[in-house]
Amino acid sequence: MAVRQALRRAGGRLLATQGAMAPAALGVAGRGLSTSAEPITLEIPVPFKGHNVEPPSRTVETSAQELTEFFRTMFVMRRMEIAADSLYKSKFIRGFCHLYDGQEAVCVGMEAALNDKDCIITAYRDHCTHLGRGGTVLEVFAELMGRKDGCSLGKGGSMHMYNKKGGFYGGNGIVGAQTPLGAGLAFAQKYLKVEGVTLAMYGDGAANQGQLFEAMNISALWDLPVLYVCENNHYGMGTAEWRSAKSPEYYKRGDYVPGLKVDGMDCLAVKQAVKFAKEYALKNGPMVLEMDTYRYHGHSMSDPGSTYRTRDEISGVRQERDPIERIRKLLLSHEIATVAELKTIEKEAKKEVEDALAKAKESPSPDSEELFSHIYRKSYGAQAYGADRKEVVVTLP
Amino acid sequence: MRVCLQRPTILFYTFIDKKIHLGQGKGGCSVRRPFVHASPLSRGMADVAVVADKMNVRDALNSALDEELTRDPLVYVMGEEVGQYQGAYKITKGLLEKYGIERVRDTPITEMGFTGIGVGSAFYGLKPVVEFMSINFAMQAIDHVINSAAKMLYMSGGKISVPIVFRGPNGAAAGVGAQHSQCFAAWYGSCPGLKVLMPYDAEEARGLLKAAIRDPDPCIFLENELLYGVEYPMSAASKDKDFTLPIGQAKIMREGKDVTIVTFSRQVEIALKAADILAKDGISAEIINLRSIRPLDRPCINNSVRKTSRLVTLEEGWPQHGVGCEIIATICDESFFYLDAPPERICGADVPMPYAVNLEALAVPTMDDIIRIVKRCCHRGRAAA
Repeated sequence: MAVRQALRRAGGRLLATQGAMAPAALGVAGRGLSTSAEPITLEIPVPFKGHNVEPPSRTVETSAQELTEFFRTMFVMRRMEIAADSLYKSKFIRGFCHLYDGQEAVCVGMEAALNDKDCIITAYRDHCTHLGRGGTVLEVFAELMGRKDGCSLGKGGSMHMYNKKGGFYGGNGIVGAQTPLGAGLAFAQKYLKVEGVTLAMYGDGAANQGQLFEAMNISALWDLPVLYVCENNHYGMGTAEWRSAKSPEYYKRGDYVPGLKVDGMDCLAVKQAVKFAKEYALKNGPMVLEMDTYRYHGHSMSDPGSTYRTRDEISGVRQERDPIERIRKLLLSHEIATVAELKTIEKEAKKEVEDALAKAKESPSPDSEELFSHIYRKSYGAQAYGADRKEVVVTLP
Repeated sequence: MRVCLQRPTILFYTFIDKKIHLGQGKGGCSVRRPFVHASPLSRGMADVAVVADKMNVRDALNSALDEELTRDPLVYVMGEEVGQYQGAYKITKGLLEKYGIERVRDTPITEMGFTGIGVGSAFYGLKPVVEFMSINFAMQAIDHVINSAAKMLYMSGGKISVPIVFRGPNGAAAGVGAQHSQCFAAWYGSCPGLKVLMPYDAEEARGLLKAAIRDPDPCIFLENELLYGVEYPMSAASKDKDFTLPIGQAKIMREGKDVTIVTFSRQVEIALKAADILAKDGISAEIINLRSIRPLDRPCINNSVRKTSRLVTLEEGWPQHGVGCEIIATICDESFFYLDAPPERICGADVPMPYAVNLEALAVPTMDDIIRIVKRCCHRGRAAA
């Protein structure tokens, strides 16, 4: 009680709308940015909701180091997406560009519960997910601008970022297709006896896709270690969930597949849920995790995002539930960092993003020969033709 | 392990822990361990095919799957009825008993779902062989074949390859109607990143399937239901467990000098018979069996037409934008001035496949059509030198 009052006096606005974080034990308090790994125990404010499964405890263990890392990583992701917005408007990025700002807690919280044996596959809102799996800001920017230092050599674009070594399988442009693909990754993990799970991510728009239910059926039949992670940002492009789903309780839609509903704006809740679900999946098979999250931008850069929702709604979420602000408040309230230290982290993150952007802008376009590379791994001397079949004929490498 | 059965009707894993009396009444056997009870359909047939001097296409495919499953533990088979039922067309007979349920997977009737799962597992590094009970059903999964599999290596800048084989019976059969008779060679053949193979006889079925399974790229393997039961001689070389045929190479089935007939799959047989009859009329036809729709063996086709100066393409699929169009186009690109007559296309009729037997016969090229059209081609244009 006293802690809460003290923080209010300090002017920090707690997440009072969701209840106060009650620290059961403090980490190393005092001056200086604490990067201690000493455990800090916290209570997740928004309760989990379970479908055919007992939800995990709301008590989560973290540390100063982890919270600082959450803050830094999410801040880099936020800056990266905002920079992408400007790049798109100045026509450095063409075609489609789907931004993730607002949803950072989902991929960051997930990574805290996963390791390199696990796999992630997602849809086209993949820039930050790619980063979470070990990608760099440089290769994201370069790919967005179609340059040769892009993670897909400039040949994929915004929707097609991959990192096989890091267990990231994209980056998929067809809504819902990634869900059976994710079940397939889990199938392979089980086949090869890798102690890992696959997180097949999809949105509230994709949640009605038939192939998702086909994948759920087979993965439940075969006990595949797959987690179906629904990033419910409440709008499938311009269509609100209540207009597209008879039942927008996506965590229940698996029917015989158990589900959890999670506050997707809370890194720690996401981490707890994924940790719990991973343990479950390795023993029993699939689970659905519905992450209640929000995107600040429209569906893509060609959507202002305000014709189907009010600006008040957007700014309201930003004020009440922003994932970065939540961690900031935790860091301050637990005296892990001071305001000045956080500003330093922010400055460093901004610089990291700006440097990457500058370097990406210098990266050249791919060579013309790349038009015909990577058609096949093994071409048997097959030929491919350009628009002018007499001028441009290539024996595939 | 002793199998104690009084009635052969159990189709699932069973733990039996009570005494079962044998018919003789001499006491029972007491067993408590998991079984796979073979289905009555498979009793006596639950053996994989053995490579022999003569094999039918079905057994040739079966032997190829068997050898590749043995050779590479990353290979597995998936599809409807491939396991316990022994395969809708018995292509996979005996494989479940030999390799177990981890590697021979029966799926529900959800093509999009299980094809996606197959492709996803190939991303990770497994080598699935996905059976479509009919390639017509693959249309439900075509997004995964093209968008998830064929394009992935390119979109990922070379990071993720997809060593998957999709296979199944394609094209016209007998009396199966419009939705089960479409030929997909042309549609799949137009996609960069995909390999499209169409075997004719048993040796080709075996060699090309083994090559496809070993290939690191997505292959779609289009079989022909009417050929499954047909026997062909097998060469000594084809019996080797490492026998493969090259992808992207056509085969000249019969050499000739007056006209080149380019075809594939079942029509190869009909073309060969037609060539015998044409020979009696003094027309020497060269028959090219494509084997590989993509990559297409353009040098083989062009060299042949440069020799014969006349081209007839032959396929069962629909004419507009068909395989024949690409063959003619490639001749026009590279060998136009060698032609003595305009090329002719022989294709299936521009109709959904009808059911009535007389109409069905009108919808697919016959030997008479081939003979008439080849003669027409040879009697037009400039006289042969």
